[in-house]
Formats: sequence, C-alpha cells, structure tokens
Amino acid sequence: MKTNRERFGLALIAIALIALPFVLAAAGTAWVRITNFAVLFVLLSLGLNIVVGFAGLLDLGYVAFFAVGAYVYALLASPHFGLHLPFWVILPIGATVACLAGVILGAPTLRLRGDYLAIVTLGFGEIVRIFMNNLSSPVNLTNGPKGINRIDPFQIGPLDFSASDTLGTLVFSGPIKYYYFLLLVLLAVIVINRRLQDSRIGRAWVAIREDEIAAKASGINTRNIKLLAFAMGASFGGIAGGMFAAIQGFVSPESFILNESIMVLAMVVLGGMGNIWGVIAGAVLLSFVPELLRYTVEPAQMALFGKLLVDPEVLRMLVFGLALVLTMRFRPAGLWPETRHRREMDADRA
Amino acid sequence: MDILLQQIINGLTTGSVYAVVALGYTMVYGVIQLINFAHGEVVMIGAMVAFSVITALAGSSLPPLVIVLAGVIAAIPACMIMGYLLERVAYRPLRHAPRLAPLITAIGMSIILQHLALLAWGRNPLAFPQIIDNRVFGIGGAAISSVQIAIILLSLAMMAGLSWFVYRTRFGIAIRATAENVHIAGLMGVNANRVIAATFVIGAGLGAVAGVMYGSYYGIAHYTMGFSLGLKAFSAAVLGGIGNIAGAMLGGILLGLVEALGTGYVGELTDLCSWPITNGWLTGQCADGGNFVLFGSNYQDVFAFLMLILVLVFRPSGLLGERVSERA
Amino acid sequence: MSTNLLEARNIGKRFGGVQALKDVSLTIRSGEIYGLIGPNGAGKTTLFNVFTGLYPRDSGDVRFAGVPLTLESPHAVAAAGIARTFQNIRLFANMTALENVMIGRHVRTRAGVFSAILRTRAERIEEAGIRRRAEELLRYVGISDHADDLARQLSYGDQRRLEIARALATDPKLLALDEPAAGMNATETAALRSLIEGLRDDGLTVLLIEHDVKLVMGLCDRVAVLDYGEKIAEDVPEAVRANPKVIEAYLGVGTR
Repeated sequence: MKTNRERFGLALIAIALIALPFVLAAAGTAWVRITNFAVLFVLLSLGLNIVVGFAGLLDLGYVAFFAVGAYVYALLASPHFGLHLPFWVILPIGATVACLAGVILGAPTLRLRGDYLAIVTLGFGEIVRIFMNNLSSPVNLTNGPKGINRIDPFQIGPLDFSASDTLGTLVFSGPIKYYYFLLLVLLAVIVINRRLQDSRIGRAWVAIREDEIAAKASGINTRNIKLLAFAMGASFGGIAGGMFAAIQGFVSPESFILNESIMVLAMVVLGGMGNIWGVIAGAVLLSFVPELLRYTVEPAQMALFGKLLVDPEVLRMLVFGLALVLTMRFRPAGLWPETRHRREMDADRA
Repeated sequence: MDILLQQIINGLTTGSVYAVVALGYTMVYGVIQLINFAHGEVVMIGAMVAFSVITALAGSSLPPLVIVLAGVIAAIPACMIMGYLLERVAYRPLRHAPRLAPLITAIGMSIILQHLALLAWGRNPLAFPQIIDNRVFGIGGAAISSVQIAIILLSLAMMAGLSWFVYRTRFGIAIRATAENVHIAGLMGVNANRVIAATFVIGAGLGAVAGVMYGSYYGIAHYTMGFSLGLKAFSAAVLGGIGNIAGAMLGGILLGLVEALGTGYVGELTDLCSWPITNGWLTGQCADGGNFVLFGSNYQDVFAFLMLILVLVFRPSGLLGERVSERA
Repeated sequence: MSTNLLEARNIGKRFGGVQALKDVSLTIRSGEIYGLIGPNGAGKTTLFNVFTGLYPRDSGDVRFAGVPLTLESPHAVAAAGIARTFQNIRLFANMTALENVMIGRHVRTRAGVFSAILRTRAERIEEAGIRRRAEELLRYVGISDHADDLARQLSYGDQRRLEIARALATDPKLLALDEPAAGMNATETAALRSLIEGLRDDGLTVLLIEHDVKLVMGLCDRVAVLDYGEKIAEDVPEAVRANPKVIEAYLGVGTR
C-alpha cells in the first residue's frame, strides 16, 4: 500500500507535469518543443532499456527502428504517396514493421555471443540509413537524402495538433497538445515497463543477463526470450519514430545516424541500466545537454575569444562518449542503480 | 576495358587494407575477446596525422617519397601511443568487469576519438597533396596505378612481417600462448599485461600504415572514415575467423574482392530490364535501351555487412576459425 | 521393483582428439540416489552435461521416463524433467534469492508479454502461484530468512541450497547435483546430506556427482564409477567398494 506521503508526492509531480508546458510556453514555445523531444528520447531510452538494461543485449543500431517507425508514418501520412491515414492506424503499423525488422535482424545473431550482436546492430543501423538514402530510384520510395516533408500532424476528430486552440484564457498551442499526448504515451510505456519487469518474462530477461547458461539450465528458452526483448525494444522504437515524424513534420536520413543510437545508449547507461527511473532521469539529463551547452559554452566562447572555437555539437558528442566511458569505469550500475529488494508493487499483487 | 580484371585489381587493393586493419581487431580479440570498436578511429587518426605532415612538407624541396615516408613515420608512433593509452586507460581497468562494460567503453572511446579528430582537423576532408606522379600501367585490358601496386606490396610485406613475428619470435609465442589461455600463460611466466598492451600497440601501428594507404588510395582523409573502414575490417576478421591471424588476412582480401565485384556488377544484375521475365512487366521503362536498376553501386557499403550476417548465420566460427561461439 | 527413470545406452562424446566418454551405459531407477564417481578427468561432468543438454552427444541414446530424450537443448531437458546444479555455483547474482527460485518456475508457467502488460486475472493468479511455490521451496531448503537478499550476498552453503531450490522449482523428476559438497565444511556437508535424504524420502530421484567418496558411499543407493570415460562399475556402495577394478582405478593406494 502506498503511504499518504507517497500519494502526496505523486500528486505534486502530476500537477507539475501538467502545468509544465504553460510555464515553458511563457519562456518561449521553443522550450515546449525541446521538452517534447526530451520526452521522445525518454521513450526511446525506455525501449532500449528493455534490450540493453533488462536482457543485457548491446544494441548499437537502435535508431534504425526509430527510423523505420518514422518512415512508415511519413509514407502513410504525407503527399509523397498521397496517403493520409490517421495516426492511430499508422502507429501500430509502424510498431509492427519495426518489430519485424527487429526479429529478422535478431533471429540469426541472437544465438551468438553478445559482441556479435553489437556489431551487427551497428551495421544494421548504417544499412537502414543507406537504404533510406538510396531508395529514391528506380521507384521513389523514400525520396532519398532530401527526405519526406509535409507530413500530416496528429488529428483526433476536430482536434488538429498543428493548430492552436483556446480554452478560456489558456492557449493550447500545437506543441503543448503534443506534449500531453507524449505524456500519456510515456505513462503507458512506464506502466508497461514496470509490469514487464515484474513478470515471468521480465525475470527471464534479467536471468539471461545475469547468467545465460544457468538461465538455459533453469528451463528458459534463451533464444526466444532474447528475441522477445529485441522485438519489444524495436516496437517501442517504431512508435517513438512515428510520433517523431508527426511532430517534426519532416523526416530525412540525417536524423537517424549512428550518433543518435549512441546518445540513447548513453542515456540508458548513465541513468542506470535496468532501472526505469534511472533511465528516465538519464534521458532527461542528457536531452538538455545541447541546450545547456548552447547557453553556457557558446556565450562563454564568444566572450572569451570573440568567436566559436568549439562547435557545441562536437561537445555534445564528447559528453555522450565520456558519459559512456566514465560510467562504466566508476559507476557501472549508473547514477541511479537498479535495486532488486522487495518492491513496493509486491504488496499490491494478488 | 576488362571490367572483371579491373574490379579484381581494385578489390585486391582495398582488400589488402581491410586485411591489415582486420589484424588489429583479430589480435586484440584473440587475446582478450574484446571488440576494440575504437580501432577504426585509430586508423583514421593515423591517416589524419600522416596527411597533416605530408601537407606541411609538400611545399619543401624534399623528394616526394621521403615526404610520404615522413608522414607514415609520424603516424605510426602517434597511433601506437594511442593504442597503448586506449588499453591502459580505458580497457585494462575493466578487464574483470561484466562483458558489456568494455564493449560500452569501446564504443564510447570510438565516439570520443572521432570527435577529438573533428576538433583537431575540422569537418572538411583533408586532401592528399598532388606530389606523387601516380603512374598508371595497363595489364590485360585493365589499369593498375603505382599507388595500388605500393598498397598491395606493402600490405603483403606487413602481413608477412607480422606472421614471422607471431610464429617465429619468443614474444610472438607469448602472444599465442596468452590467446590460448591467459592463466596458464601467466603460470609459464608470460606477463599478460605486457602481451595485451603489445597487441594493441602492434595493431595500432599496422593500422596507422593502413590508414595512410586507404587515404592515399581515395585521395582524402576524413574524421568519419574510421567508422565504415572499421566495420568492414571487423567483418573481414569475422569472415576469416576472429582471433585467427591468417584468417584476418584471408578475410580482408576476400571481402575486398566481394565488395569490388559486387559494386561492379550489382547494377547490371539487378537491372530488371536485363531479365527476360521482368522485362516483360516493365515494357514502359525498358523500351529503347532503358533500364530499371534496383540496386546500383551506391550500395557499396552494404556488401560487407551482408557478408558478415551470412557468415554469422552459416559459419559463425569463420573460414579458418576453430573456436566455437560460446564456452560453457 | 521400481521402474527405470533414466536409461542411457552407449553414450559417446569426443572433444577433438580426446575420447571423453566411451560407450557409457547406465540406468537410474525411480526414487533412488544414484552416485557417479571417478577420478579427476574421468568424464563425470561431461556425462552430466550430456544428460542435461549442454553438450550434444556423439553417439548413443537416452530414454527418460520411458520416452527418448531427443530434444537436447538445455531448456527442453529442463522441461522434460531433469534439473541440475553446477559445480561452480551459477546463480543470478543480482537477483534476490526468491527471484532466483521464481526463475525456476518459468518452465512450468505460461504467461507471455501481453498477459503481463494487461495483467490479466490468469497472469495474476499464476504469478501468485509462482511466488507461493518459491517461498515454499526456500522454506524447504531452509533459507527463507534470506528470501529478499541478493543471491551474491548469501553464504556459500546457502548459495548451494538456493541453487537446489531453483532446480526443484522446475518440478523435476530427476535432480542432478554436480559436486554439491565441494568447498563445504563438515557441518555444511552433514546438513546437505540430510537435505538430499529428505528429497529422496519425498519421492525424488537424485543423480549425485561427488568427489567426497564418504558422502557418496553413505548416501547413495547405487553408485557408478567412471574411469577414462568408461564405466567400470555400477552397483550398491558395498559392492563397488569391494570391486578390485574400482580400488585399482580410483580408491587406489592410500585413499582409505
């Protein structure tokens, strides 16, 4: 049972999250957009956490599934093919296609040692990008490096996510509407993750991570269970990709480079592999690194040298690389490690 | 022009570079079962250092060959030091950590090195100065340049040198013993730390030369070149049987050939107009010598990866590998 | 008398040039404690790994509970009813003791991803059952006080017990223990012995590989002796002890 104090705390957090976009909007709509992308990265991190954190499989091409979801959305809801399906039809399709891609990639490699998976996923990420870049001929499928634009925004009945609505004195801009939608999805993903973690399947994932041979001997079909982790992670990536396409209104291969995979991995690793709250914290923290750099390093350089010597984008990647290396060296369980003691959920159960 | 022979020559050239880079992966893997993701970046930095030195000296009155040699001689120790530091600072502290930890560190180091190179040399590629008169010889309807000849010969020399070192010297025996079993080699008086550091240093030294060769073949060096080169060389190492030195050489050359031939012929093979069945369906496109090419030469980078997957599916131990994927 | 639970015929296994097992045949009867002994490198653990599906065998066949044991992957063997422990304890170090045992229930339960996400009634009932059974087993092996401790925090003896509890959670017909007394002191060994006897009294069949000859001779109903990959004896402990081949190969000079 939750104590009253915990309930009070949760209520406070909920109110803060609901009020947040209006506070941010006061500082500029750009901040709402930045927050939306941060939430997208939280979603991606939670998806990757199933693969890397729970099951201990290093996936270095995770962004490929994000890309698959984004392109599925772009192709089915844009003037490119003249298709305009509603988002609640496309998102499940995107998740399914990404899931299939995950299974096709995972099936041959998951029975091998983990490092092969790492390098194969790394290559897979590249391949997906190469295909996106080149599948503009002989049939124009992806429109090549130019990407696909004028992607439909979400639309629920009369509610258009690209326009502003006013309710009394409150202005619900497009980004704010997306924020609430993302928040709902995030809530769902957190619940799903927690439930999976506390289930027969979730335990099997952790068992494989801890000792694969013992897991096999204990009756776990490790190949299938690993494939399941891979497929689940890919599906989450696909859903996040679809939302990304809609929010951005534009997709191109440039958005799905290796660096993005590394960024999501850094979020999972820094926060604490396997710990949902740690991963969320890591993702939020690293999502705001570029903004932080923009407001500190850039002006500092301008003030000191009168020009930009070090590109903040480079610094950003250096921060991610260092986050990976230093976390592994000094705090391998992450800043907020997973704790596997009696969980508060237990009391609620059956 | 004879396309087949030409592609074989080109494939041999890139293949020898892959082979030399693959040696770096396979030696480290053989000894500590780690994929040193950052090896590709070490190779890239070798090319960058050499290009910088060569560019700086290009205006001088020194003979061109001496200038190139100076570049290579600068790159080798730079890469060796980097290889040593990588092992010492990043990997050694994690030697007894769970498997995932050094892998994650390796990918982190790769990103760090890549972006440090970006800081040092900028976003634009460095061009190889036009100091060497790259003569082209014709053989049997194909062309081979003096740079290609130099790359192939130099690679063969390095492979021969490394084989001699690993199979004929005391230290080489220590390396092979450590690869077989770290603990027993230790009991026999082999200093495992030294051997492991040595594999990194030797691999990096070879990589430096490979970086220069690769850069001079394509005429440019770029901070991102290490990524795909590394991926391909690793695929070559797996193809030959990871941990196996002869395998890395064989795998590299084979991969180079497959890639060159694949790139040369994929357009023709996937032109639906050249196939009787599909030609009938596409009368519109195929009329008047038109074509309908599914995959052109821009898919060059896909071949290495496809090969990697195929090897992993059908023969995970590689062509010359004997070790099984997992020990109980 | 009792029926045969496991019948192995002419098992052969070679590693490179080494013939680790040569035509080994043996029969384990329901409800007995069957000991497998032999000098170092005699092939005990190899045979064990063949029975539990970790190594594929080169020749011979195994019948288990009257049906051929063809599916040789370890999880299929566990599903068929053979559970094992490892010589060098293999627990899920960063999971609690209770969770370790709950893993053992995996093979006897069915809930998948969707029922877990939806937390269906069937899933909740099954999950409660898994937990109840795991708690029971921790009590049975005597470590229920440590249910919420991480496996790696348990003492050596308790880790052994936990591994047995995890194996029992798979509802085995045959429990295969690989040198369970290794590294234990006399008190721990005595406690282990009464635990194994208790298992037999509860109707379980036990296959025991042991170095500790005294333990094997005192505990087992029948004992087989391996030497250089061949079975040189299989009988009740008294007969094995008197067998000259065994004395020569294993007990040798000075062991007793």
